[in-house]
Amino acid sequence: MIGLLKRDLTLAIRAGGGFGLSLAFFLIFTTLVPFGVGPQTQILAEIAPGILWLGALLACLLSLDRIFQLDWEDGTLDLVATSPVPLEGLAAMKALAHWITTGLPLVAAAPVLGLLLNLPGAAYPWLVASLALGTPALSAIGTFGAALTVGIKRGGLLLSLLVLPLYMPTLIFGALCVSRATEGQDAATPLVLVAGITAGSLALLPFAAAAALRVNLR
Amino acid sequence: MSSLWEYANPRKFMATSAFLLPWTAGIAALCLVTGLVWGFFFTPDDFRQGSTVKIIYVHVPAAIMAVNAWFMMLVTSIIWVIRRHHVSVLAAKAAAPVGVVFTVIALATGALWGQPMWGTWWEWDPRLTSFLILFLFYLGYMALWEAIENPDSAADLTSVLCLVGSVFAVISRYALLFWNQGLHQGATLSLDAEQNISNVYWYPLVITLAGFGFLFIALVLYRTRTEIRARRLKALIAQERMA
Repeated sequence: MIGLLKRDLTLAIRAGGGFGLSLAFFLIFTTLVPFGVGPQTQILAEIAPGILWLGALLACLLSLDRIFQLDWEDGTLDLVATSPVPLEGLAAMKALAHWITTGLPLVAAAPVLGLLLNLPGAAYPWLVASLALGTPALSAIGTFGAALTVGIKRGGLLLSLLVLPLYMPTLIFGALCVSRATEGQDAATPLVLVAGITAGSLALLPFAAAAALRVNLR
Repeated sequence: MSSLWEYANPRKFMATSAFLLPWTAGIAALCLVTGLVWGFFFTPDDFRQGSTVKIIYVHVPAAIMAVNAWFMMLVTSIIWVIRRHHVSVLAAKAAAPVGVVFTVIALATGALWGQPMWGTWWEWDPRLTSFLILFLFYLGYMALWEAIENPDSAADLTSVLCLVGSVFAVISRYALLFWNQGLHQGATLSLDAEQNISNVYWYPLVITLAGFGFLFIALVLYRTRTEIRARRLKALIAQERMA
């Protein structure tokens, strides 16, 4: 299973675009926001928590269809399915690899982008903490969605339709945590709830993803 | 008394549903006509809400059935996953479009009711928002059915989606309550209360509730029969090609 993880990471680094693309998307998305709503720092500071969380969520979403697609096309998935590694383990490793290549860079980049949006100082630790605890859930949910749609040609739009409603609770609590921190309110409760959603998703969704993969490989 | 699982046999299901369909449809029509006519024309206007209170006869039953339709899909999906009964998963597939229409009716009548009462068509209230999310779940479920060609794979994948979606729908519900306290009133109708709302409005409401329930059953039976016939037709065409 560690081998699978290493393989995914190596592919992401050497094939290019693994780390960079979603990060670039996150940057462009945040840069576009002031053009849409105007450069008033007051307004930007107010909407920054939501924008940053939305940007991270969309950046995750855009890279989802690559999780299984290539392995499905060249037959790697069939080989792994016949190997002694359980599919649940494969799904968990895929989610982890997706998080390392997408979620982790987003967490690291978020404070810089928060600066662009004039996020108040007190919110930075909470922004990093909520993204660090929340993006694994996004990866796990996304892996489940990718496993559902792997057999479908041009399933990208369908994938978004399936996955976005599932992202709703994570987004609500994550953005709420940061916006409460900007207003000086209690931000710990939403943060704990984000962590709870992540823990639940990580524990249960690899099984659902593996079930979907088994059906698709049949 | 025979076992419930006998209806996993499509032939048995077709025979029983053919018998039940006119009855449920008839009861639905009777209840809806009685309840709606009674509710719309023979109940007094509310002293604060005026005649807009009568939207309740469509709004509340549609909303209740929209949630129950998803619950029914959940149960039939679980039965499919465990016991592999085709009729069960076809019933889930048949229920989805009915559920989505009830959801739209609840949202639309809610907007019509909200405009004069709250002064707004839409409010990001937990109840309203969770119905919007329910609507999105229905859309995703139906889109997944459409996208997959192999009927058995489609049945399996949509069932898994229904199970996972149900869990997340519940989480979203509580997340929304945490997120925003809204305008919509809490649960008014409950079975153990002495009197829920004034009897003048209560009796016609119960009748329309029954009407919407039977309407749902009739529509699902009808659509499931159509799905079974479509399956048979596909099998026959495949047989023809083989011969």
